[in-house]
Amino acid sequence: MNMPFFKLGKTRLPHRKSTAHSRAVRMTPPAEVLIPLSQHIGAPAVPIVKVGESVKVGQKIAEAAGYVSSPIYASVSGTVAKIEPYLTSAGRTVDAIRITSDGAMTPAEGITPPVVSDFDAFSAAVRESGLVGLGGAGFPTQVKLDAVKKGLIDTVIINAAECEPYITSDTHTMLFESGYVFRGMKLLMSYVPAKEFLIGIEKNKPDAIAKMEEIFSSEEKVRVVPLPDTYPQGGEKILIYNTTGRIVPEGKLPADVGALVINITSLAFLAKYFETGMPLVEKCVTVDGSAVKDPKNVIVPVGAKIGDVIDFAGGTSKPVGKILLGGPMMGVAVCSPLEPVMKTTNAITVFDTRDAKLPESTACIHCGRCVDNCPMHLNPTLYARAMNVEDAADRAARLEEAKINLCIECGSCSYVCPAKRPLVATNRLAKSDLREYKAHLDTLK
Amino acid sequence: MEKLIVSSSPHIRSSVTTRRLMADVLIALVPATVAAVVLFGLSAFVIIFACVATAVLSEYLFNLITKKKQTVGDLSAVVTGLLLALNIHADVPVWQCVIGAIFSIVVVKCLFGGLGCNFANPAITGRVFMLIAFSETGGGTMPVIGTDLVAGATPLESIGKILKGGSAALPSIGDMFLGLRGGAMGETCAVALLLGFVYLVARRVIDWYVPATFVGTVFLFSLCVTGDPLLSLYEILAGGLLIGAIFMATDYVTGPINKLGRVVFAFGCGIITCLIRFFGAYPEGVSFAILFMNILSPYIEKWTAKRPLGGTRK
Repeated sequence: MNMPFFKLGKTRLPHRKSTAHSRAVRMTPPAEVLIPLSQHIGAPAVPIVKVGESVKVGQKIAEAAGYVSSPIYASVSGTVAKIEPYLTSAGRTVDAIRITSDGAMTPAEGITPPVVSDFDAFSAAVRESGLVGLGGAGFPTQVKLDAVKKGLIDTVIINAAECEPYITSDTHTMLFESGYVFRGMKLLMSYVPAKEFLIGIEKNKPDAIAKMEEIFSSEEKVRVVPLPDTYPQGGEKILIYNTTGRIVPEGKLPADVGALVINITSLAFLAKYFETGMPLVEKCVTVDGSAVKDPKNVIVPVGAKIGDVIDFAGGTSKPVGKILLGGPMMGVAVCSPLEPVMKTTNAITVFDTRDAKLPESTACIHCGRCVDNCPMHLNPTLYARAMNVEDAADRAARLEEAKINLCIECGSCSYVCPAKRPLVATNRLAKSDLREYKAHLDTLK
Repeated sequence: MEKLIVSSSPHIRSSVTTRRLMADVLIALVPATVAAVVLFGLSAFVIIFACVATAVLSEYLFNLITKKKQTVGDLSAVVTGLLLALNIHADVPVWQCVIGAIFSIVVVKCLFGGLGCNFANPAITGRVFMLIAFSETGGGTMPVIGTDLVAGATPLESIGKILKGGSAALPSIGDMFLGLRGGAMGETCAVALLLGFVYLVARRVIDWYVPATFVGTVFLFSLCVTGDPLLSLYEILAGGLLIGAIFMATDYVTGPINKLGRVVFAFGCGIITCLIRFFGAYPEGVSFAILFMNILSPYIEKWTAKRPLGGTRK
């Protein structure tokens, strides 16, 4: 085991994890849910229900379309009110199913624990569970399991870093659902022939570290790896390096260095699913931020509207300036409280008007804080400079040379910038610029 | 919840701002400024005031005339004016100081696009400009306090004589620390400069190892040339080395952006300083060394850049 001496990720953030020690409350069924059919990386799911049809909790309402995709289930019982176009935060328009709830939360018939005996059946069951990477990326879990079948995986890394400020839903899983974590791990250990199962947890959660060490004390293959309490420990490539010393090469996947990374709440969900058969229909979501009256963790049906969740959690105490799906570093600002909670949502962060205010951006003073804090060892100033180049070919060459595609958009550079420059926003723009240029070249071929 | 702000992540920013960084540099320069006035009297105060006022006013007017956004609020012009003043000898006529400050701000900084766009340190370049343009003035100015001082020669000039086999009197090491020796008004008091150094490091404005590399390189180089640890200690306390290493070689804008690059930069500064001091025509080489390394900075930055994590070479 080669643990690196110098760990990656050194940005000091405020933690603000005030909800870490309270048990989550279950939201009363909302009147309506809106379930977009793209809540994962890959092809959107295809609806298999019709408008007017009545549905029950856990009933499949959309089928996975293709290999990298994931099925979607009704999160409330009620009636399909509408199937409508929905604009995702990534700018893609997909179908979304609007369900009017009957408030009864009646479970669907025939929900029984899956019976599996071999790896293929296990993998198929994981696909049917609708599980996607709950850490936020939403990569269908079963697709990751393919690398296991190919014999590539020798280390499983459970991502429990939870490095964003405010968010404590993974901490909640570790502290209050440790039984599921344990059984989920046993399940994984029986199907994944890895040498080691590591659990990476940031040091700012000593009680979670203690809990995990306690429940896995008799498991020789499982090891808890305390991580520095500096951001972004939960970034996949950062986590892999800091726990194993392995570097995922450009354009490759964790499996290429023998690692399978699974979020801790995903792991706990696996145990729940294999014990009950209830697919992924609800999420534990941290509701916090400067405008929230009474921050807490809430167990929310997928598709519940953000505004309904905030109201259930106790509402706001100040005028709201910004609502984020996710934490303040990588969360997506939504334009309306009518937006739904997704499978990958782990927090709703609500800022008052003061925190929402955008800082004025001034000239770069070349201080190097962005370079020093980049966990990927990139130089964000090069992208800003490249984007000022008029010639498209030159611009693309500069962006490629400076490895824009390695940017994980963690936000460290923008956070530390004393000139408050929108570095991550520039990087996103640069990535799409490079993509467009390459697409343009392809059309010329 | 009517008007929600939608913006790109991240949605929180650190409390460090450009203005705060500049204010920290000014705070770090307070001991040296006070020492300058105490040691060199009223003329020091007049020069400091003239330089700061001219620097701020020229940036203000430049922005006004060229219809650019007003930037004097970032305090960087104050820093440049103050640093320039502290690098000037107290007997330099005020009108020359005013021209130096205008040159620093307008020619070196504003014409290149303002803060962040200049390739050379404005205060250093202003000092070098004044040294060349007004070469008959400056050098060997003595503090107004302290009685047993040898007038007319700076410690570096004295060391030069000693190394050539001649004899010259040097102030005691204690006087060197307190600044009771000839030189530019802000460079003589080592104690005041070191206080500023500790403050800047504590506030995470600069990295300690950048000035340490510069000073350490000069010490070791001097030791090799002179073979005398005491003379080498004089070398690092004399001239503008401490103020240069702590406040000018650590300038963000004109040095490499990465940490390794900054160390290489500081090492180069140390080498060039010594080459000029021991083998050049001028007794002091800190300003020229930093200015020369400013020019090399983009290349150092390129050569010392970290390899992106997992990045493959073509």
